[in-house]
Amino acid sequence: MAIELNFTIEGGDFSNAGKASSKIKKVLKQLNIEAKIIKKIVVAVYEAEVNVAAHAYSGNVKALVGENDVVVMVSDSGPGIENVELAMKEGYSTASKEVREMGFGAGMGLANIKRNTDELKIETTVGEGTTVTFRCFY
Amino acid sequence: MNNNKKYHALKVDTQKCFGCTHCMKICPTEAIRIVNGVAVIDNQRCVDCGNCLRACPADAFYVEQDDLSKINNYKHRVVLFPSVFIGQFSEIYSEGQIYEALLELGFTHIFEVEQPAGWLMESIKDFSGENIHRPLISSFCPAIVRLIQCKYPSLTAHIVRRKAPHDLAAHFAIEQLKKEGAKEDEIGIFYVSPCSAKMAAVNQPVAEKESIVTGVINMKDLYNRIMKLIPTKEKMDTSGFRRHLSREGILWSLPRGESAWYRKKSMAIDGIHNVVKFLERLENDEVPEIDFLELKSCSEGCAGGILLTGNRFLTVERLQKRAARYPKAAQVEVENAAKELVKKKLVADEIKPEHVFVLDQNRSKAIEKLQKINDILCQLPGLDCGGCGAPNCHALAEDMVKGKAKMTDCVFLQNKYLQEQKVKPEKAYKNLEKIWGKQRFEADCNKKGGRNEGF
Repeated sequence: MAIELNFTIEGGDFSNAGKASSKIKKVLKQLNIEAKIIKKIVVAVYEAEVNVAAHAYSGNVKALVGENDVVVMVSDSGPGIENVELAMKEGYSTASKEVREMGFGAGMGLANIKRNTDELKIETTVGEGTTVTFRCFY
Repeated sequence: MNNNKKYHALKVDTQKCFGCTHCMKICPTEAIRIVNGVAVIDNQRCVDCGNCLRACPADAFYVEQDDLSKINNYKHRVVLFPSVFIGQFSEIYSEGQIYEALLELGFTHIFEVEQPAGWLMESIKDFSGENIHRPLISSFCPAIVRLIQCKYPSLTAHIVRRKAPHDLAAHFAIEQLKKEGAKEDEIGIFYVSPCSAKMAAVNQPVAEKESIVTGVINMKDLYNRIMKLIPTKEKMDTSGFRRHLSREGILWSLPRGESAWYRKKSMAIDGIHNVVKFLERLENDEVPEIDFLELKSCSEGCAGGILLTGNRFLTVERLQKRAARYPKAAQVEVENAAKELVKKKLVADEIKPEHVFVLDQNRSKAIEKLQKINDILCQLPGLDCGGCGAPNCHALAEDMVKGKAKMTDCVFLQNKYLQEQKVKPEKAYKNLEKIWGKQRFEADCNKKGGRNEGF
């Protein structure tokens, strides 16, 4: 059995990035998941939310909270990622000047997601969008 | 978990309470429900912040306190109070006059708790060397400590393992008096509390075996007694009692009082709802690097304590003026050799998380309950009206899966069921009476509530 949680994110809406991670966190706390694991999941979801706000036009977060793990799927319609390998590198960023000035776009997003999750899959089509799926075991 | 184990200073006077829901709506941990027409506090969730007392239009909340006559059991009667106590009094009274009134009341020794605050700050800085977690979170405000324990378990390791200023002052006072020849069992230490959280912390400390304080006095009660006794002119010199007081000490309990002294990268947040928002972000790693975090449950820090009289902003203003007249902590000489001993006693035990929001210890059962909550929420109107006796629809859904509430508690659903003839009108009315009390809805021109109270 798993609980499904859904959220939508608008591109450019940084003030609402963090809503999905906060809600997911609340649910994980109610399940008595270890604080350390919760933190990893929450950080990963937050990074993914910011990615959508920074790069895409719109997107959604779907989280499946299960008994042994949580699977999060963040899909967006947006420019896609041209070079995934490069995008995974710490410090590499294609974020605009405006986004950087807001304190985001340091090029840590995807790397941070990878560091905090047990499985990570990135599917992307340039000009269409990206789907980032990751899994964390409790 | 034993629900009666946790001590709380806040109580509901069921004669005065009429279930108006003001407290239920403002409680930061959703600890209040209305049952049988009165507010009922969940002992596990309550953090003693006192927002319920502040919001109550009927004066139905009160704090338990010790009887002042208890001081007469001791030869040496020490009163400890935070500096904000002095800040409440109008400028026409000097601190000397206030001190004289305290002596008149029967105390033999007076200590403001923030002396010598330098020792506590030193001790906190020592701790920063021992603990790798950043930011360190101040243990000053007991409502915040309890909030973190139950709502932010991952942050408990960040809390500074040091006691509060009143413990510092109590140990300091005992050592001072012993030096003057007093026996320890002849000393009674009475702490004047600005809030319910500190009262609860003294009566049931979170991170120490038992409190050093003999009794707790309600600051509001003491203020009224002092106003009756205060002399028109200073007759004696009481400045000796204040010789260890410093500028930083006086400002300690106000916003930025601790963080400004800690320096480095530190931040201060006051008001429990602001603190909640910030801790959410901190837990998500959404804040930049910070070394020290000062969090106070009341807006304007202890100047906004629920047991203070008068306006919090005026109190801050007076204390800032007062502090400017005092020397800096580094210039205050403390001739007490017991410094190391007192510092040792300031070390507190580790603060452990309390998982009060966990739905079920069994994970698959917890997931089932979560699913049920989601299903129930689809049925509820989402208006958060409080008509069911719970603070919002989500809280009602949670209560339902815990077996503490039922669908018909929702007044909207109940109306729907009436229309669908799924429930009988008599049964529906009885349901309402169960939450709001008998005869609650009969016409009564003297009924409390609904009269723009609080404006």
